[in-house]
Amino acid sequence: MSAVDDRLISIEGIAKRYPAPGGGETTIFSDLWLRVGRGEFVCVIGHSGCGKTTVLNILAGLDAPSGGAVVVDGREIAGPSLDRAVIFQGHALLPWKTVLGNVAYAVSSRWRRAPAAEVEARARAAIAKVGLAGSENKRPSELSGGMKQRVGIARALAIEPKILLMDEPFSALDALTRGTLQEEARRLCRETGQTVYMITHDVDEAIYLADKIVLMTNGPGARIAEIVENPLPPDRRQGEIHHDPNYYALRNHLIDFLVSRSTTFRDNPPAGWTAKNPPVVRPGGAAEARPRPLREGEVDRRQAAAG
Amino acid sequence: MRPASIRLRAGVVSLVILGLFLGAWQLAVGGSVATQQMDPEYAKLMGVSATQGKSAMPGPLDVGRTIWGHLRDPFYDRGSNDKGIGIQLAHSIARVALGFSLAVLVAIPVGFLIGMSPLMSRALDPFIQILKPVSPLAWMPLALYTIKDSGISAIFVIFICSLWPMLINTAFGVAGVRREWLNVARTLEVGPLRRAFTVILPAAAPTILTGMRISIGIAWLVIVAAEMLVGGTGIGYFVWNEWNNLSITNVITSILTIGLVGMVLDQLLAWAQRLVTFPE
Repeated sequence: MSAVDDRLISIEGIAKRYPAPGGGETTIFSDLWLRVGRGEFVCVIGHSGCGKTTVLNILAGLDAPSGGAVVVDGREIAGPSLDRAVIFQGHALLPWKTVLGNVAYAVSSRWRRAPAAEVEARARAAIAKVGLAGSENKRPSELSGGMKQRVGIARALAIEPKILLMDEPFSALDALTRGTLQEEARRLCRETGQTVYMITHDVDEAIYLADKIVLMTNGPGARIAEIVENPLPPDRRQGEIHHDPNYYALRNHLIDFLVSRSTTFRDNPPAGWTAKNPPVVRPGGAAEARPRPLREGEVDRRQAAAG
Repeated sequence: MRPASIRLRAGVVSLVILGLFLGAWQLAVGGSVATQQMDPEYAKLMGVSATQGKSAMPGPLDVGRTIWGHLRDPFYDRGSNDKGIGIQLAHSIARVALGFSLAVLVAIPVGFLIGMSPLMSRALDPFIQILKPVSPLAWMPLALYTIKDSGISAIFVIFICSLWPMLINTAFGVAGVRREWLNVARTLEVGPLRRAFTVILPAAAPTILTGMRISIGIAWLVIVAAEMLVGGTGIGYFVWNEWNNLSITNVITSILTIGLVGMVLDQLLAWAQRLVTFPE
């Protein structure tokens, strides 16, 4: 593809199949297409087993698709790259290294010939950015869950990746810590115009963080049902988003999808739906302050209105 | 009143047990057995136990005197059959150190190979399974025949007995490194060699050290038997030589010394193990 545009990630018809017990194959997903623009914050939501983590691992280069390809910045990816940093669900810090050691390990992997002093300075700066200055010499075992994930974020951001991949990074944290970290993650990503691809099962997390929310149907044979544009203002604040007139429209749309449409969509995709160009919808809008839940078939009309 | 710490109480109990043991020992050997009338020539051959009713088994005080004697002059050398216990120990420790180090050099790289490659793991498994249960002393004749040097043969026997626990533990530790840590290295585009040293080795180090600790214990067990066979020097030879001299005090002294040195070796590796263990 000669895509000279603002598309940073282009997922082009990827599939993942496993040999099924007793012969044949199980298709987790197939013919999956998705484009992510430079600087976009994309959240993927879907039930467990729909293959969203597999898609993320393919993007990270840790897993290979059974078919199709992923193009990042004009090049088909083949394996992991320092351009794509991963924040793992279970923080994945190396327990024998200190906080500084963990971040410096990533920095020295990114800039192999950098002098030790520069590596340390970059690592310290990244640690300070996530608010952990003063804890550089602690070991991961001495940190709380939230602090460990902050180190994970510092490690990922320290290598200045083109894309940040996050696999339910805050799901293991308590609600208060999660809120704080979501706020900081959003601030850090907005400051640097970071492109983010994040998996979550938390609707509110997606509403607060994402510019676009990708809805995946249940697996096996999962599909991207639609892409929801976030109608909330970019300068939204976590404690206030539920006052936004579009908040409930968006939230109801997402929950309706997770509760019912995620199961029925695969067998009854709406007319005009294609895997290559899943519809882009924008719930809410000026006319409807509290819209009723969308029904199937309505999506296309709205997409036509939006695009 | 605050109860004394468990450590202190345990120490007191240990001392009491030691005192009881030494007392019982002294009592057991201090008594006299019936003497017999016999031909003076024959009595000379039978020694003091038969003629004076005194036990041939030395008491704790006799052993204490012998230990004191050895401690005052551990490194004397009066010919090939009369060397100080320090010299004998030094020979044994040197053999163990050499054989053990050679085993480390082989076991850790091969263990890495087995741990990282499922193919090699399966391919080498039958060899390991068959060779592992062989008593290291069974290698001795083969070693003597091929190497033709009893000293090096003893080192070879130490090598072969130290090999297996380290090999198996290294392979186990390497194969068990958490996938997420390996994924961290992969996403950071860390090369295989750097990954081996910065992720796999530290992650597997506690398991590897466990294997080393088992190995050094076995090596110290085996060196005594090996030196009894090859002779010449070493604490094993010393024990056998003193048995031939019918010097039970020296045999008991050697047993104590072997135990002490074994404990020190074990503690050294336990200390090294604590250095590489990380809390999660």
